[in-house]
Amino acid sequence: MATESIDYASPETKSKVETKVFPRPGQHVTGIVDWLTTIDHKKIGLLYGLTALFFLLLGGIEALLIRSQLWSHNMEILTNRQYNQMFTMHGTTMVFLVIMPLSAAFFNFIMPLQIGARDVAFPRMNTLSLWCFFAGGITLNLSWFFTGGAPAIGWFGYAPLTDTRFAEVMGDMGPDFWVFSLQILGIASLLASFNFITTIINMRAPGMTMMRLPVFTWMTLIVSFLIILAFPAITIALAELMFDRTYGTNFFDFLEGGKPHLWQHLFWIFGHPEVYILILPAMGIVSEIIPVFSRKPLFGYGLIIFSGAIIGFMGFAVWSHHMFTTGMGVVATSAFSILTMLIAIPTGIKIFNWIGTMWGGRIRFDTPMLFALGFITMFMIGGFTGIMHSSVPIDAQHQDSYFVVAHFHYVLIGGALFGLFAGFYFWLPKMSGRLMNEKLGKLVFTLMFIGFNVTFFPMHYLGMIGQPRRTHSYNEGHGFEAWNQIATIGAFVLGIGIAIGIYQFVSSFFNKKLKPAGKNPWDARTIEWTLSSPVKEYNFARTPIIKSRDQAWENNYGPKEKHAQQEALGDHGVHMPDHSWCPLVTALGLFVMVIGLLFRQTIEFAELFIATPYEIAIAGGSLFVLGIVMWALEGPGGYHLFPKETEE
Amino acid sequence: MSEATAHSIEHHEPETSTGIPNKKVLMWAFLGSDCMFFGTLISTHLIYRKISATVGSNYLDIRDLFDIELTSFSTFVLLASSLFMALAVSAIHKGNLTSTRWMLFGTIIFGGIFLACQVYEFTHFVHAPGNELTLSSYRGDPHVFGSTFYLLTGTHGTHVAIGVLWLVGWLIYSFTGRMSVSDAIDVECCGLYWHFVDIVWIIIFPVVYLMEYAF
Ligand code: HEM
Ligand SMILES: [Cu+2]
Repeated sequence: MATESIDYASPETKSKVETKVFPRPGQHVTGIVDWLTTIDHKKIGLLYGLTALFFLLLGGIEALLIRSQLWSHNMEILTNRQYNQMFTMHGTTMVFLVIMPLSAAFFNFIMPLQIGARDVAFPRMNTLSLWCFFAGGITLNLSWFFTGGAPAIGWFGYAPLTDTRFAEVMGDMGPDFWVFSLQILGIASLLASFNFITTIINMRAPGMTMMRLPVFTWMTLIVSFLIILAFPAITIALAELMFDRTYGTNFFDFLEGGKPHLWQHLFWIFGHPEVYILILPAMGIVSEIIPVFSRKPLFGYGLIIFSGAIIGFMGFAVWSHHMFTTGMGVVATSAFSILTMLIAIPTGIKIFNWIGTMWGGRIRFDTPMLFALGFITMFMIGGFTGIMHSSVPIDAQHQDSYFVVAHFHYVLIGGALFGLFAGFYFWLPKMSGRLMNEKLGKLVFTLMFIGFNVTFFPMHYLGMIGQPRRTHSYNEGHGFEAWNQIATIGAFVLGIGIAIGIYQFVSSFFNKKLKPAGKNPWDARTIEWTLSSPVKEYNFARTPIIKSRDQAWENNYGPKEKHAQQEALGDHGVHMPDHSWCPLVTALGLFVMVIGLLFRQTIEFAELFIATPYEIAIAGGSLFVLGIVMWALEGPGGYHLFPKETEE
Repeated sequence: MSEATAHSIEHHEPETSTGIPNKKVLMWAFLGSDCMFFGTLISTHLIYRKISATVGSNYLDIRDLFDIELTSFSTFVLLASSLFMALAVSAIHKGNLTSTRWMLFGTIIFGGIFLACQVYEFTHFVHAPGNELTLSSYRGDPHVFGSTFYLLTGTHGTHVAIGVLWLVGWLIYSFTGRMSVSDAIDVECCGLYWHFVDIVWIIIFPVVYLMEYAF
């Protein structure tokens, strides 16, 4: 293959870095240093994905403990407090450390390839986002080891559960860990989103107009906007909470004039857009997969994108449907109820478009398609129950019952996670260069599909007959036992399915026996499939000039005038940016500073540290500033490659 | 065939799809997000400003504490700094680096005066005899006004301080020779940020200060 004979710039390549104070690691670093200093969006994507899969296992274990505790009445596998910690950590982990970063993995890896770019707009900022995500994940899980253990406040952290005076354990640090880790994770998401927005708006290949962008890229753009507009609300709410806990302010302190109710508003102003942040990436993935495996163009491209944008927009106007039972008054409640019902319309439009795409197509049932179909059906069930509790009187019955648990797991597992698994089965061959075993893939799908439904469908019924949510145990005589046992069995089946899936993903990078994927194993439609698998570090040897929406498909089957052309390589070849230590140093500084701040009031663990908490915080802060100053001074750097033209 | 020759790197801003520089798009996106940060803080303040745990029995008038003359002065100074900033941006676009340096200097001084006023105001409020406004109380009674007031104006002050540091960076660059006409876009982004922070104050000043005299 022609791509194999690419010559890299010779080792003598000098980068013109304006200052030599902090030389950036050049293109020849390898091994661990390469991964620590990488600014390649593909490696960042892989690290995001791998870490998130690890947290998926961790959150899964927490879920199985919850399910075991509910196996029968009055079980004592977990104490009351441990149970609360378990569902708090499970929820927080799954939302912030699994679904969001898995989506970010695909944003990072796939989006630049889909728009014909060589990297994101700000590669170092992208790396900083990755390490902040790491730091956040570690901070959250460190909470297990210190006073009070993990937070026991729910993923929603309702006031006054977070009030220091009502802590079950004196000096409970769990909520502090929770607050700080969410702040760091917020920084990670914001940085990544600013980057993706700039990249999609500004770095498209020539001819890649907005209305030719693949749907997944569109959803990346919409989700990035949702993140930068929704995260500020939780950031401020968390800052206020931190001040309440540390400096005695009264934001959510009802004894001193504060209003716990305000926390709910701020949380859900973020929280409802957040659920669309979780689901829209999966919808984008499914919109890519269904046309490929139906061998038809996407039906109603414009409508799918438009309804995605409408969902994002309306997502900011429905938050109070999480608060129907708090007594907001008739007018507010009715308004939010109607808006919630309306938001189901654009969602329904998308579903019909996917069905329209399959209609009359020659459908192939490979694993990615199976997961995509699983997504549509399961997400629909979750959508139906969503519409059910958009009705206020009905929600008064559903609220805080297992029915709600069933609802959001149908949208989050049956929806988001199935969509993301579909994405893995679809795009991993592009990332690893190897095809995965179809039989094993189908086994994973079967286990997950059956396990998931066996676990969560009975919860609808359990909720209806009155099993409360977020409750450690139940008494005999309610008739809850049988269905809980079925759900617990299902949960283990689901867990086994997910574990095998993760094994399959990770091993596809190492298992040399797997078949090579080639450029376009699925006969897919978008331009990432014109690249070799795995993708070369410079992505495109020549920047493509885009002529149509399904460019890879048109290249193979379309008329000549619709084939992509290639831009000539300039005198300078492909400009590759240098690696950098600065993002890692900056994120490390942030992490150390947060650890210092977390321990500012505790003396209990003084012997663990060589310095006082304040000294640690100051050291971390200095490292943080040092990272930023180095960042500013190290200059852009970079080197040039002259890849051979390929027959893309 | 491919060439394996090494070149030294000439840096040129890559062309973008929209023609707008990447940094500018980034800054606009950030400002959009920042609107939501301040939006949340300002609404928190509006919700809480009349609420105290002891309301009714002992209503407390924040006007006894506010020093509206001082705040009007610092508001004026901050607005004036925006003029310097605009002139700095225009000077660097015209290639006049000396003028850019002086205008940056003016912006920094005026920003600094604003910050000094705020530091004075905070210390004065916390210690005002008989009228102490702390994070959790007013005149010793539990109150939320102090919480929202300090967090909101403090966040704004932090923004100003970051802006001043950023400008000082450019001022230093202008002496070390690292600032050139090709940096105009960076200075312009700095200007966008600075103007935005000013505009936020134009909202905070009437909403937090003036409104206490009207309603
Ligand atoms: C047709 C669209 C949807 C509608 C009408 C809808 C409606 C609702 C309503 C009214 C509630 C509050 C129930 C209660 O607590 O009483 C709720 C809860 C929830 N929904 Fe949805 N929803 C929809 C889609 C989604 C999606 C796509 C996701 C996530 C991917 C999602 C995730 C959640 C979560 C996590 C909760 C529970 C939050 C908590 O209390 O911790 N929903 N939904
Ligand atoms: Cu919602």
